[in-house]
Amino acid sequence: MSAVAVEVVPVRVPERSWRSEARAVRIVWRRDLLRFATDRTRVVTLLIQPLLFLFVLGSGLQALAAASTEGVDLKTVIFPGVLCMALVFSAMFSAATLVMDREFGFLREMMVAPVRRSSIVVGKCLGGATVAALQGAIMLALAGLVHVPYDPLLLLGLFGLLLLLAFTVTAFGLLVAVRIRQLQSFTSVMQMLVMPMFFLSGALYPVSGLPTWLELLNRLNPLTYAVDPMRRLVFDHLAISDAARRTLDAGVTWFGWRVPALVEMAIVLALGLALLALAIVQFARTE
Amino acid sequence: MHSSNSPAIEVDDLVKTYGEVEAVRGVSFSVARGEVFGFLGPNGAGKSTTINMLCTLARPTSGSARVSGFDVAAERDDVRRHIGLVFQDQTLDLYLTAAQNLRMHAELYGIDPGVIPARMRQMLEMVDLWERRDQPVLTFSGGMRRRLEIARGLLHSPRVLFLDEPTVGLDPQTRSSIWDYIRALQQTEGTTIFMTTHYMDEAEQCDRIAIMDRGELVVLDTPAALKASVGADRLDDVFMHYTGSAIRDAESSSATDLNRVLTRALRGSGR
Ligand SMILES: Nc1ncnc2c1ncn2[C@@H]1O[C@H](COP(=O)(O)OP(=O)(O)O)[C@@H](O)[C@H]1O
Repeated sequence: MSAVAVEVVPVRVPERSWRSEARAVRIVWRRDLLRFATDRTRVVTLLIQPLLFLFVLGSGLQALAAASTEGVDLKTVIFPGVLCMALVFSAMFSAATLVMDREFGFLREMMVAPVRRSSIVVGKCLGGATVAALQGAIMLALAGLVHVPYDPLLLLGLFGLLLLLAFTVTAFGLLVAVRIRQLQSFTSVMQMLVMPMFFLSGALYPVSGLPTWLELLNRLNPLTYAVDPMRRLVFDHLAISDAARRTLDAGVTWFGWRVPALVEMAIVLALGLALLALAIVQFARTE
Repeated sequence: MHSSNSPAIEVDDLVKTYGEVEAVRGVSFSVARGEVFGFLGPNGAGKSTTINMLCTLARPTSGSARVSGFDVAAERDDVRRHIGLVFQDQTLDLYLTAAQNLRMHAELYGIDPGVIPARMRQMLEMVDLWERRDQPVLTFSGGMRRRLEIARGLLHSPRVLFLDEPTVGLDPQTRSSIWDYIRALQQTEGTTIFMTTHYMDEAEQCDRIAIMDRGELVVLDTPAALKASVGADRLDDVFMHYTGSAIRDAESSSATDLNRVLTRALRGSGR
């Protein structure tokens, strides 16, 4: 036996309290940020699709769209939608890290620690939301390229909306992720859910005057209520004709009533909280 | 170490069923403080299920268990504060460095920030990873990762350390150094060690051994007494006697097992 004569540094683990839970939330949150900071590939790969939509689709369809956009660049029109898209991808990726943690074992380290499972889920949700919003902020930095002004109030407002949406989408992703054990199944489930949600949300087109079936699906889609306030905010800061505004930013209506932005935001927040609560309950049940 | 004199682990008629499967069917035993306790049994015997219940990862269907004096069902958080775990599957964050992994663990357990650096250094030096502390775990070999897991499992000074096949798949040299740490810890901190293993030479080093088969505890005694009871001089034979199977059936084999299999085969053909 080797002589591992050790001078013991004594430590003790305190009893669980609300402070230890707050600490756990912070630790899980910080780990996600740390991961984001060191993972360049993730930042880049998650930006490719939104950039394709914005610059390739946006420029490619410009000639077709010019007739109806009243002189506004199509890229400007779809910018808020593409911001949401970047964020949804990133939030889903964040949720996927829960599945990865399970698959690669690290989740177990957190599960046996003297902390509540709810703290792990809350930390994960806040961490994922922060990372996704940061990813959205990278897209936001491109605003000037699509004729959206760098107005501090506009940027701040958009970032706030990004955070809100990021929270809800991450909560949704986590709810799906808590029950799935393999990364592959998670990604296919997500692909199945995310693309239709994105296309139905009106991220790429104005949501007035749609065929009835599409209007119905659009109004039932939660993402609709995240895209709309962002578009409103962007259009508030554009110097364009009233006619253009009416056509391109007609807004979400319920039976002819224009839904106020605050109501839309409340819908997104309430949904996020409900999804998070469900995810916590589900996660607590897993063994 | 503790003021109370209760055993480190006390298990009373513990049962766990998964639907139709009775994974553990009424197991009772107790482990003294500071003991190195070996938990053996063929695959599917119910060892992992028992360990999962003891470390609060699975809820007992019936019966009870106390670890470090706390009930595993009713006082989950207290149990968790007093145990350390090293599983067969790795549970490190591969993207973080060794030091980041340990620091996160220390914070998760609420260890006083003032003592974290010194304690971390002590643990990392013990497992010979101090020099590599700032490298991502992704770059570590299997043996280094296992050593880091052990350092982490001990970081918060647990009363009971659960080791589920801590040396499986490691080379003999790493295995023996891991045993050095286990012994050193048991002596310096009075830690109770509860471990499963498929290696008979490791089982030999335990103070007492329990053998499980088909969800039940078959026998429990010191290695010497077990061997005497069946008139064998090797634990392999004791295992065979009580479970009717060889210790390593259907297990993936590491180099040492291969050796053992070869030796046995050669011995057989030379008869
Ligand atoms: N989560 C589970 N769901 C269903 N059956 C399980 C589960 N975990 C273990 N079992 C079953 O319980 C029995 C004991 O398994 P286990 O405790 O893993 O044995 P060991 O660790 O001794 O190999 C096996 O028959 C196994 O299939």
